[in-house]
Amino acid sequence: MQVSITVNGEQRTDEVEPRLLLAHYLREVRGLKATNIGCDSTSCGACTVIVDGLSVKSCTVLAVQSDGAQVTTLEGLAGPDGELHPMQAAFRAEHGLQCGFCTPGMVMAAIGVLADNPDPTDREVREGLEGNLCRCTGYHNIVRAVRTAAQAGPAAGQVPQAQEVEA
Amino acid sequence: MIPSPFEYVKVRSVDEALAALTEHGEDAKLLAGGHSLLPIMKLRLAIPTVLIDISGISDLSYVRVDGDGPDAMVAIGAGTRHFELERDDVARTEVPLLPHVAGRVGDPQVRHRGTIGGTTAHSDPASDLPTALLALGGTVVLQGPGGRREVPVTEFWTGFFETAMSPDEMVVELRVPRTGSIGWGYEKFTRRENDWPIVAAAAVDGRVALANMAGSVVRATATEEALARGASIAEAAELADQGTSPGADMHADQEYRRHLARLLTRRALETAAGV
Repeated sequence: MQVSITVNGEQRTDEVEPRLLLAHYLREVRGLKATNIGCDSTSCGACTVIVDGLSVKSCTVLAVQSDGAQVTTLEGLAGPDGELHPMQAAFRAEHGLQCGFCTPGMVMAAIGVLADNPDPTDREVREGLEGNLCRCTGYHNIVRAVRTAAQAGPAAGQVPQAQEVEA
Repeated sequence: MIPSPFEYVKVRSVDEALAALTEHGEDAKLLAGGHSLLPIMKLRLAIPTVLIDISGISDLSYVRVDGDGPDAMVAIGAGTRHFELERDDVARTEVPLLPHVAGRVGDPQVRHRGTIGGTTAHSDPASDLPTALLALGGTVVLQGPGGRREVPVTEFWTGFFETAMSPDEMVVELRVPRTGSIGWGYEKFTRRENDWPIVAAAAVDGRVALANMAGSVVRATATEEALARGASIAEAAELADQGTSPGADMHADQEYRRHLARLLTRRALETAAGV
């Protein structure tokens, strides 16, 4: 069936099978491969993207459920001139990644954390990222990165597209 | 993992949903947040041939007080998502156990999608909100071709993925008594914060419900009776696993689950009592 989904500000209409998962739509139909599929069972958070302002695990959402939605993936964060989003810049500055597999989902979930709470404590960051696993166990620097990003102001809890992250 | 093929139907009203259920029969499943249904479809433990998406029914998302005085109930629309319930001011004031437990479901991403009606209809014995609803008492409001009916929560969850609901009915509302300032407690034991509970206990107003101690969520009736007789919390909690039939898996054997039921019941009752 036909779906019309806006990804990173670009609206497109595609013919998809109802059983196509949003994660597969983003990777295979739209060619956006930053969104990783880790556990494929709603646990690890590697596939986290922002849909209509809310962080979601795209392995557990159908593309057809996202018809008419605004989706932001990691590719949609940096500015047109390549300037990093404050959350990306903070992950780089604080070395908030090791192998990098969890990073796209971690960055998207972290934006959701700051949207909800612009200046979280370490504990609040950890609770806000409870749905994202880092198999390198690099959590200390991830928490540090999110708190550094919070100091950059409200843009760290927003995505660049027209939508606002609500929670 | 990819689900079996199915036909997808998006409906805009309860009437449209019921018509679609009647048309497609037992091969159809309702899809709300999809965070219980899609995982088991990906594992092909469920193979519905038609999915009826009810997430676009906007008037199923609300929390309000219905009626006045001691008989007033808190009514929660079946389409209310966990994060909405978690933050709802009416719920926090009138029945604070429920928004607290909504905030303990899964993780933020899961709470952005999952609905209270979905978790109620799914009837997983390990689910958080049904455990809280069972401790609170109240009813599940169903709508079908013959109209509306209310089923007491004590009669709704009948077994593993089994409820008192007919295939042509849907959950439209949950109704619970106002508890206001009455103490409550919820204790959940997990390996990781966003896991399903290995065991959980909800306590409010002398009632206790347990997650994952039988085929469905269950009340700890022996504990409740002991409390009613004036037993201490410690004595009553020792009876929490009586009449339960927990399963065993790689996380916990039966005796360990029984131990957790007694321990978590004591802690939940102590929290509720403010001790």
